[in-house]
Amino acid sequence: MASLGPHATFIVAAYGAAVVILAALIAWIVLDHRAQQRALGELEKRGVTRRSGRPA
Amino acid sequence: MPLIDLANPTRFLKLSGLLLPWLAGAATIALAVGLYLAGNAPDDYQQGATVKIMFIHVPSAWLAMAIWGMMSLAALGTLVWRHPLADVAAKAATPIGAAFTLICLLTGSLWGRPMWGTYWVWDARLTSVLILFLMYLGVMALWRSVDDPSRAGRAAAILTLVGAINLPIIKFSVDWWNTLHQPASVVRIAGPAIHPTILVPLLVMALAFVLIFVTLHLAAMRNEILRRRVRTLMMIEAQAAPGRG
Repeated sequence: MASLGPHATFIVAAYGAAVVILAALIAWIVLDHRAQQRALGELEKRGVTRRSGRPA
Repeated sequence: MPLIDLANPTRFLKLSGLLLPWLAGAATIALAVGLYLAGNAPDDYQQGATVKIMFIHVPSAWLAMAIWGMMSLAALGTLVWRHPLADVAAKAATPIGAAFTLICLLTGSLWGRPMWGTYWVWDARLTSVLILFLMYLGVMALWRSVDDPSRAGRAAAILTLVGAINLPIIKFSVDWWNTLHQPASVVRIAGPAIHPTILVPLLVMALAFVLIFVTLHLAAMRNEILRRRVRTLMMIEAQAAPGRG
């Protein structure tokens, strides 16, 4: 890999910023998924179902 | 399976659940190849190694605009066809678009300091992209401020379509006004003005960013469908509570 030269700090900071923002986005989506699954599970445990999910 | 069948959220959840691991794998491989090619790309004769910032800056900029374009199509789906997944798609794309626009602004700023001597200048290209970022935040705020998803969806759709006016302004700002930002060097009528040793890594990184977006978007759409199910079940539970007739 080539040397990053005299402006290495800016290059590393740019890639670092992209990694942090994308990691935060991925973490938020994963945590949101778990939160929604947990909320759905608790509601179903309490016997709350949609009309389409009820037995005829 | 006919495309219209995807309008069914349950079917969408099932199909997207099957696709997601493959998309995530493809995005990871494309990103690894892209980063390898970017790391081994030659320095630019004028900009030196800072050209490596381009490999993340330009794909983010393309996605920032493309995601708003996609949201505008979804807005039409909401307002004209009332497609059940249109506002789900638009809402799920908004924070992802904001994130890519932020990456574009930050990496551009970090590229500008060594090349232009300044982190920021209020020229047409930079300012119009900053406006795009603020519009993403505005649509996110609108979604959060209205409880009813269908009402919020219609309001956000109108705001999104109005904001689409900014897309050609961003694209052609470097041609219409004197800007510090360089003119287009890849997407132009005369063809790319970049040497293939730099163009190929850029296009692979762009493919990786697109795959990352598609993966995250599908995952965020699934979350939004689940959130609406939770909301519906909570309303059913509240209506069935004692003392509610």
